[in-house]
Amino acid sequence: MKNNTLTKFLLSICLFFVAATSHAENLIMTRTKQSFPEAMLKLQETIHEAGYKVSRVQRIDIGLTSSGFATDKYRIVFFSTEEEINLMSKQYPHLVPYMPWKIAIFAEEQDTLLVTSNPMSFSNKNFPGADEHLSRWKTDIEKIFDILRKSE
Amino acid sequence: MKLSIKYHFLISTLFLLVISPLQAKLNGEQLYSTHCSACHGANGHGGVGVPLALPDFQYGVTNDYLEKTIRLGRPGRVMPAFTQLKDDEITAIIKHIRTWAPGKPFQYPNKKISGNLKKGKEIYATHCAACHGAAGEGGKGTGVTFSRPRNLPVIAPALNNPGFLTSAPDMMIKTVLMNGREGTPMPSFLKQGLSEKDIDDVVTYVRSFEKQMTKEEPKAEIAPLISFESPNSLEETVANIKRAVIGKNFVIIRQQYLNEGLAEAGKENKKQIIIYFCNFNFLNRALAIDPRVGLFLPCRITAIEENGKVTVTSTNPLFMSHFFNNKELDKLCEEMHQVYVDIVEESTF
Repeated sequence: MKNNTLTKFLLSICLFFVAATSHAENLIMTRTKQSFPEAMLKLQETIHEAGYKVSRVQRIDIGLTSSGFATDKYRIVFFSTEEEINLMSKQYPHLVPYMPWKIAIFAEEQDTLLVTSNPMSFSNKNFPGADEHLSRWKTDIEKIFDILRKSE
Repeated sequence: MKLSIKYHFLISTLFLLVISPLQAKLNGEQLYSTHCSACHGANGHGGVGVPLALPDFQYGVTNDYLEKTIRLGRPGRVMPAFTQLKDDEITAIIKHIRTWAPGKPFQYPNKKISGNLKKGKEIYATHCAACHGAAGEGGKGTGVTFSRPRNLPVIAPALNNPGFLTSAPDMMIKTVLMNGREGTPMPSFLKQGLSEKDIDDVVTYVRSFEKQMTKEEPKAEIAPLISFESPNSLEETVANIKRAVIGKNFVIIRQQYLNEGLAEAGKENKKQIIIYFCNFNFLNRALAIDPRVGLFLPCRITAIEENGKVTVTSTNPLFMSHFFNNKELDKLCEEMHQVYVDIVEESTF
């Protein structure tokens, strides 16, 4: 009983600090000094290591240039897991049009920029159960971006 | 008392959570890298954001200006308000930014400038409006990056922006007008033939934008999606979506199952279909305004059949538009919202 109380106490303090260090930015964005091809490879590898699967890569730049518009490399990377897609479509329909999750990745001169929405911005009081998933995605995305940011 | 592994883990986690932020907030380089470098560049050479390393910028702005800018942002002009940063974290970031140009920045006397408002308005219309906008709304393409064709190192700032007006003292505006800003298209207006008195009149006019500032009304809650039930079968609904998409001058680029690429090939849920489409003209316009619009791409409608009921849904661009803090983009989001509503309505008729 005493052990349980101590565990709960320590966990609640940990949770307090996690909550205190999080903030409400709607976009998560980072820059990596890697060139676009390197960053693209690293992103896909890091997504995989975080336990997700890249379901598709949309080449936005190809469509634009073939329509006569000038642009540097610009792709959208879609990722998720089969289980999560199934769960969202059954329990959290407000998230379905946003699934699989996407990261926009584009070249800026020698660097590469990555941007995604903060999953917690999709928190909805009608679906409180989704917060557990949204919060985990946010943490995972921040880890993925942190790895990319530190990659040279 | 011997502590179990579980307690060791919890205590070390707690230690890390308490100690790490304390250490991090002293590291301006790290904080800059996390919060600023994506837009302003790793070494302050600019991108979506202004080139902070530009020597003329460094000498021309005070620490107080930088602090207020970080704290307040530029509402509607991409730069967010970093309300989550603590005072000492902002100080550390500014210290890091200052390492790019040794030497002391200007110190402006706290002096209010009082010129001729009417004359200032006329001079502004002749000399400033072409770049800064007729009402001080700033140059177009607020979030443009070097990934797009671009002739200018900076987009002319919005002088009517509450973030700018609160951060910039009169004497700073006057000094920039007098000396210009080397490395940007901003010229010295003394060299352009204006007198110091003329410049005072312009500063008075720019300051008058404060009176035109309207308080932003809190926005009503916006639904994250647009959703309609279809009276037709899934196949008919998908065919209707495609017709409606083409009717709106979009090109269908792909049809796929929701879990395609995630489920084993051949075992996808055939009752959950996504139609992706695009209008490259529209996309090019959007990317010229904000490079981050990839988060809306490609345009998409999802049709799902569950228990014999077919639902057609799309993302709601109005829901996501406020993520970007970009007023120019808000207008395109309204346009796109209407396109989605029309397509979803037409395909469920």
